[in-house]
Amino acid sequence: MAATQDQIVEGLAEIVNEIAGIPVEDVQLDKSFTDDLDVDSLSMVEVVVAAEERFDVKIPDEDVKNLKTVGDAADYILKNQDGGIKKV
Amino acid sequence: MSKIKPSKGAPYARILGVGGYRPTRVVPNEVILETIDSSDEWIRSRSGIATRHWASPEETVAAMSVEASGKAIADAGISPEQIGAVIVSTVSHFKQTPAVATEIADKIGAGKPAAFDISAGCAGFGYGLTLAKGMIVEGSAEYVLVIGVERLSDLTDLEDRATAFLFGDGAGAVVVGPSDEPHIGPTVWGSEGDKSETIKQTVPWNEFHVGDVSKLPLNERGEIKFPAITQEGQAVFRWAVFEMAKVAQQALDAAGISADDLDVFIPHQANMRIIDSMVKTLKLPEHVTVARDVETTGNTSAASIPLAMERLLATGQAKSGDTALIIGFGAGLVFAATVVTLP
Repeated sequence: MAATQDQIVEGLAEIVNEIAGIPVEDVQLDKSFTDDLDVDSLSMVEVVVAAEERFDVKIPDEDVKNLKTVGDAADYILKNQDGGIKKV
Repeated sequence: MSKIKPSKGAPYARILGVGGYRPTRVVPNEVILETIDSSDEWIRSRSGIATRHWASPEETVAAMSVEASGKAIADAGISPEQIGAVIVSTVSHFKQTPAVATEIADKIGAGKPAAFDISAGCAGFGYGLTLAKGMIVEGSAEYVLVIGVERLSDLTDLEDRATAFLFGDGAGAVVVGPSDEPHIGPTVWGSEGDKSETIKQTVPWNEFHVGDVSKLPLNERGEIKFPAITQEGQAVFRWAVFEMAKVAQQALDAAGISADDLDVFIPHQANMRIIDSMVKTLKLPEHVTVARDVETTGNTSAASIPLAMERLLATGQAKSGDTALIIGFGAGLVFAATVVTLP
């Protein structure tokens, strides 16, 4: 079953916490991975791979650079999860 | 049809000795910061590198190789004349022909062994080791010298803030010889040519010959830049950590070794972040000693695994007889992983 935006943000928060040690409550939609959450370009790859596994989504390298904020990532996952077919 | 007599090799092969050479000049991050806008803290956090060695004009690919080889041969307890083949893996020997292996073979006093160079980037040591094992078991050489050597400082763009700090110079060598027991496991190796753009030389040499400057990279002052190695950092990181962890696991499985049986892990010293993430992804137990030579040696491509092996043994962090997983990966993209007994 496809995850809701809230579930995706919650999942991303757990992933960012695991990889960068940032408290889960700090991971909000408007937060920038690099500027606010101390997730550098290499940690971002780890976040992306963990998100791919958790949400059954493929995030190619060329799309990673467009995911500046938690909201960008959540939107991307929402649109592309389960092979890109949005389920209700 | 005449019957051809088959060659007769040894039952198995093993690494009998290892040697390394690091150039005299130690280059701290402060020197790198003279040409890029960065910081010591940034370089260390992205790569784990604090210092690297850069070769002087006298520390040529051949000269460094001869030094490392002499140590490996002494460590193996054989004489140079017993070497039946010399395999050199390098991407930074700029005289294309003859192969530098022939010069090295001559200078170490090996007589007239088979000698040739291979090009397999940062997987070159594993490729050479696999060839050596095959030659020994097949019977075309009793002892094979495998050398990984680079002068990557010659292929570094000091104005590229993504790679200026990364590369170092050095040579590592091993002597591989016959054994009654298997001490080199099956190699899991391969190539992914569809990813050839992720790590590459900026321009081919013949662009200079043609003389069309429009195709050549220029610096801020409009001067033609020497070719350098560039990479797509995130794509390389993802491939190295997650795809190479699978290859490393396959090499363990192929050798019938579990992570619990392992004493030492020697990945190509590409970047500390890659090493740390690989260890995490592979779920290696605490007792496994992990090579982290990149901190003071930088990324020396084909030389990095034998250099790291030599240092682990020299410092007592690993000992002769330990079971080690080695994995090289890099430009091609190419990879090679195997389990070996340390010399």
